[in-house]
Amino acid sequence: MTYKNPPTTPRQSATFDDYTLSEIRRAAATGIYDIRGAGAKRKVPHFDDLLFLGASISRYPLEGYREACGTNVVLGARHAKKPIELKIPITIAGMSFGSLSGPAKEALGRGATLAGTSTTTGDGGMTEEERGHSEILVYQYLPSRYGMNPHDLRRADAIEVVVGQGAKPGGGGMLLGQKISDRVAEMRTLPQGIDQRSACRHPDWTGPDDLEIKIQELREITDWEKPIYVKVGGARPYYDTALAVKSGADVVVLDGMQGGTAATQEVFIENVGLPTLACIRPAVQALQDLGMHRKVQLVISGGVRNGADVAKALALGADAVSIGTAALVAIGDNDPRWEEEYRALGTTAGAYDDWHEGRDPAGISTQDPELMKRVDPVAAGRRLANYLKVMTLEAQTIARACGKNHVHNLEPEDLCALSIEASAMAGVPLAGTDWIPGKTGL
Amino acid sequence: MPTFDLASVPLRDLNQALHSVGAGTNESDFEVINPRGAHAVAVGIDKPVHVDVHGSVGYYCAGMNAEATVTVHGSVGPGVAENMMSGTVVVKGDASQYAGATGHGGLLVIEGNASSRCGISMKGIDIVVKGNIGHMSAFMAQAGNLVVLGDAGDALGDSLYEAKLFVRGEVKSLGADCVKKKMRPKHLALLADLLAKAGITDAKPEEFTRYGSARTLYNFNIDNVDAY
Repeated sequence: MTYKNPPTTPRQSATFDDYTLSEIRRAAATGIYDIRGAGAKRKVPHFDDLLFLGASISRYPLEGYREACGTNVVLGARHAKKPIELKIPITIAGMSFGSLSGPAKEALGRGATLAGTSTTTGDGGMTEEERGHSEILVYQYLPSRYGMNPHDLRRADAIEVVVGQGAKPGGGGMLLGQKISDRVAEMRTLPQGIDQRSACRHPDWTGPDDLEIKIQELREITDWEKPIYVKVGGARPYYDTALAVKSGADVVVLDGMQGGTAATQEVFIENVGLPTLACIRPAVQALQDLGMHRKVQLVISGGVRNGADVAKALALGADAVSIGTAALVAIGDNDPRWEEEYRALGTTAGAYDDWHEGRDPAGISTQDPELMKRVDPVAAGRRLANYLKVMTLEAQTIARACGKNHVHNLEPEDLCALSIEASAMAGVPLAGTDWIPGKTGL
Repeated sequence: MPTFDLASVPLRDLNQALHSVGAGTNESDFEVINPRGAHAVAVGIDKPVHVDVHGSVGYYCAGMNAEATVTVHGSVGPGVAENMMSGTVVVKGDASQYAGATGHGGLLVIEGNASSRCGISMKGIDIVVKGNIGHMSAFMAQAGNLVVLGDAGDALGDSLYEAKLFVRGEVKSLGADCVKKKMRPKHLALLADLLAKAGITDAKPEEFTRYGSARTLYNFNIDNVDAY
């Protein structure tokens, strides 16, 4: 009798999965690392791992549509003569003209203005599209200083000194030649068509002592009118927040690893930095230790998608959140209507991240004159405003359910965690227990 | 002439007065005494005024200057005339790091020596240094001219874009993608003009060597990876 070995189902390796194998083949074929846009795509503990407890016998809720729940926020009152006043605690994050098309920047400005919030310039200077259509515009002060000038500094409503961003803490910018159009080249004082590298650190200061002097200079130039934000990538949130406060910042912007970028190395995006959820509590702790919580505002970004995310960030102690990727989706990025063209580029709607190549079918991350015509700034701005309003309504709904008459009254005690990891990072108890790993009991 | 004694008057008063020219006053000449190393002296001016600073200053003196002429009768800390747009800044003494960093226009004259990273990321400014400059000067310099009558330290012009560098003395080493270039008649004329603007009469354009970008790093090529 012969023994017949029944065949087993072919087994794929969890370590060498399809994506990993494709990346090995890509690297072997090209000899260069993979570059892409967007933020970390790996699964990390996030706001989805938290739940609100809602009201119960000990806490009573507020009536939806009847009892008010405030959403306004003031940013920058610590030192600035003219702080920023927003109607909603959701801002539009810094994204450059160059990485984005002019119509896309205009749409962001229009949408933010309709919703009563701010938008932000990026690494490439201030365009008329965004200044003209943004009632409240934050001007980024970046290591490259592309397009930086005192005239724009004075017509900004706030200044954001960018130390780093969540997608690449410690990394500089990158804009490949195909997106360096004549206009982009002129704004950045660079030859047309070159691969442009933005510096990873500022050219004229290093460390917190210098930063304090740099902030003093910016305040003197603008007559102490503008709030000064300091933006850092999620790396050492406790110390970075404390040092930003020590340096004189009015606002700290903290960007986790899910925060997007126009372009950098895939290995950088996926392997450097902290998840957004892990950044918030250490930053809040630093502010509390310094007696500066609610005096220096904390803005959180990186993977904020809906009103629940907003409410959770605020409950953990943030004053506001900032969105980038979600705002681009709202104005049409990765829309399934362009699926045929995404497939022609070797990808699919929802996964397209080769923003640096300038061939975005949605006309957003491109400088191609024909593609960018696909963005109607008025209609896209309306979509963004709608989305911002929905997020705000969602956050209010949750806040009322927790008995809060302002979204800033949400607190960690309103939350529980679904996983041990999220519990430890957010500093809230594991659901159904009073256990916070590292803080209470075993 | 309004005089601001920074030993007794807050820095804020000085800068506010300089920013108010045209709106609150038509004064065009200002004097600053006892700066005692203060930072951010005479920053953000956007009118064609003259400011004479008697003494040494700290960081970012004449930062983001536009149109004004600022003369420091002493030495300056890091970042003098950073991001200058136009006008003239003259330093009678020495300059610390990052002199003229990211400057878009105007003329910066340093009559002494300048430390490291002089002209870093310059975007159109003209810088003339009568003495020596330190290492990593003109790093990622995009546009403008850097003229050095003395010597240059290590890694001059590393990752240079289109800025032009002229050095009369020795260059300790060149940075990535920075090469010696032929001095053509148009460069001699440019140099003669810059020296004249800086008030230098004891140096001839023919004594200088020109350096610029080899442009081999403008577009990423894996075969150049060792140069980064």
